[in-house]
Amino acid sequence: MNGTSAGRVAVIGFAASDVSVTTSGVETLVPVFEAALARAALDRRDVDFWCSGSSDYLAGRAFSFVNAVDAIGAVPPIAESHVEMDAAWALYEAYIKILAGEASTALVYGFGKGTAGELARVLALQLDPYTVAPLWPDAISVGALQARLGIDTGLFSERDLAAVAAARDETSSVETLLDRPYLAMPLREHDVARVADGASAVVLAAADRVGGRRAAWISGIGHRVDPQGFGERDLTAVPSASAAAADAGGLDGVEVAALHAPFTHQELLLRRALGLPDEVRSVAFGSNPMFSAGLSRIGAAAEEVMSGRAAVAAAHATAGPLLQQNLVCVLRSGS
Amino acid sequence: MDTLSAPLTIAFDYTRSLGPVLGRFMAGLRGGRVLGGRTSDGRVHVPPLEYDPGTHAPVTELVEVSPAGTVLSWTWTDRPLEGQPLDRPFGWALIRLDGADTALLHAVDAGGSDAMSTGMRVRIRWAAERIGHIRDIECFEPGEAGPDSGGDGADGAVVEIVTTPIRLHYRHSTSVEESGYLRGLAEGRIVGRRCPACRKVYVPPRVCPACGVATVDEVEVADRGTVTTFCVVNVPFAGQRLTPPYVVAQVLLDGADIPIPHLILGVPAAEVRMGLRVAAVWRDRADWTTTPENIDHFEPSGEADAPYETFAEHL
Ligand SMILES: [Zn+2]
Repeated sequence: MNGTSAGRVAVIGFAASDVSVTTSGVETLVPVFEAALARAALDRRDVDFWCSGSSDYLAGRAFSFVNAVDAIGAVPPIAESHVEMDAAWALYEAYIKILAGEASTALVYGFGKGTAGELARVLALQLDPYTVAPLWPDAISVGALQARLGIDTGLFSERDLAAVAAARDETSSVETLLDRPYLAMPLREHDVARVADGASAVVLAAADRVGGRRAAWISGIGHRVDPQGFGERDLTAVPSASAAAADAGGLDGVEVAALHAPFTHQELLLRRALGLPDEVRSVAFGSNPMFSAGLSRIGAAAEEVMSGRAAVAAAHATAGPLLQQNLVCVLRSGS
Repeated sequence: MDTLSAPLTIAFDYTRSLGPVLGRFMAGLRGGRVLGGRTSDGRVHVPPLEYDPGTHAPVTELVEVSPAGTVLSWTWTDRPLEGQPLDRPFGWALIRLDGADTALLHAVDAGGSDAMSTGMRVRIRWAAERIGHIRDIECFEPGEAGPDSGGDGADGAVVEIVTTPIRLHYRHSTSVEESGYLRGLAEGRIVGRRCPACRKVYVPPRVCPACGVATVDEVEVADRGTVTTFCVVNVPFAGQRLTPPYVVAQVLLDGADIPIPHLILGVPAAEVRMGLRVAAVWRDRADWTTTPENIDHFEPSGEADAPYETFAEHL
């Protein structure tokens, strides 16, 4: 961690919406931008760099991110970029842009209408296009293969998975959840994050632009990737998450973690890979709005710091099948 | 207001070139053999890798492995989805073939989930017709390798290209603004919206791309306007509805601040010009629905050409 304010970057605003009416997402983004900028006390014209994460496959139309630029107001011209990944990776791009001195402020946003298509089939297209995608394995079945490996090797039980779900939803108990039918053995409905529409935005600023604003300082970010082939990695370990956490400076002292786990068993795999002790509090999320969920974890972790509920928070985002790609971001209060 | 939505299917046959490793792997499948790639550590990968993850050198040694193997993990699907290997309930499994060190993903035709277990033995059921594609493996079935596990074993020529059809289904939904526009069209009206900040009128209505704010007030514009720019389509393509040459133009409707693309017919392509005044030719009123196709095309209105200054801002 850089001890001086020079070269430091902070989150100064966050907003999210779980409502998305249209396929393009433009109308959803306008109020999200307004809210994030209001919390950052920044004007739209003061944003040096815009960066987004979304996917044409989710929207079912080409160049869908270009439409979204309407929500920015792109006249006079703006500096803008896009990643075909969760917008947590767009945040990484913006973070580097600020560290490089090419921008002082950035607004990062992610959006997606997960309910527009059959998400489990759409996600098959991120698999190896030669030997796997032509079989159309759906995302829930693929997740189930990973869960069973964890159960067979004794890392957790179906009861442990239900306990993760029950902890997120006070109205359910482990017993009632275990009575429910399988969606894809050994996974039940509560083990799979609900498909959702959504959008979120995070505002970043360099130290000299933070001023007196509330800020959560990014003390480190790492992102790593594991091999694509399911047979090429130990699916019960998440080496890229462990490596990303180390790259982010380690998670010692973290009081709260916001993890992006599309399945209950993946939350348990991640806590293990990240070495998070039980006393580290979790920010609960019930749904998985594609392409904004990871960015929202960073926003939520930053909120924990900006509100004073935690001095050090960790956020995690994942992309690709079965936790293939992982990003870890550590946020700290200024004091 | 209720917004309009409609089903949307997109489809494309992806053709992918294979290279020397996957090309030989697919040729092997066509011949009823499974080839793995050996890396410098001695491990055999199925499917083969193109590069050694340890040394980063190209993988060149392919070795045959057994068509039978062991299930390392499995799940069961009661409702197969479009495109999957079987259209009746089946298991998905990670299968390590005998002689391989890595597992591959495929379907197991086991009849019921009771017949599935970790550690179970399965063998390949080959597709009746094999073309050099991963789908040459129809699926796996419980059992050991039989005496007849495929074709003649000849690899033949390296497979250079695989084709994989992709079909995805969506429900495309419109915004409140777009729905107002489409409902207007069903009544023979063209409805845009005005930006509250810069006062420009967008047809079809959208968030103002200059100001980044939602447009609010509905504004009806004329069904005639000015050609700002155009192109002559001379190239035939799949799905083309008209015979080339024909003209696609940007038409700035009177009252709008942004042009719409449309066909210009009823005039030789060579006579279409910037500034040409055109009017919409609507389809038969009985056929009108909530679609831009209610306007079949535009054709010259007979008015004098618009001066360049009147549309210069919109080029
Ligand atoms: Zn405007």
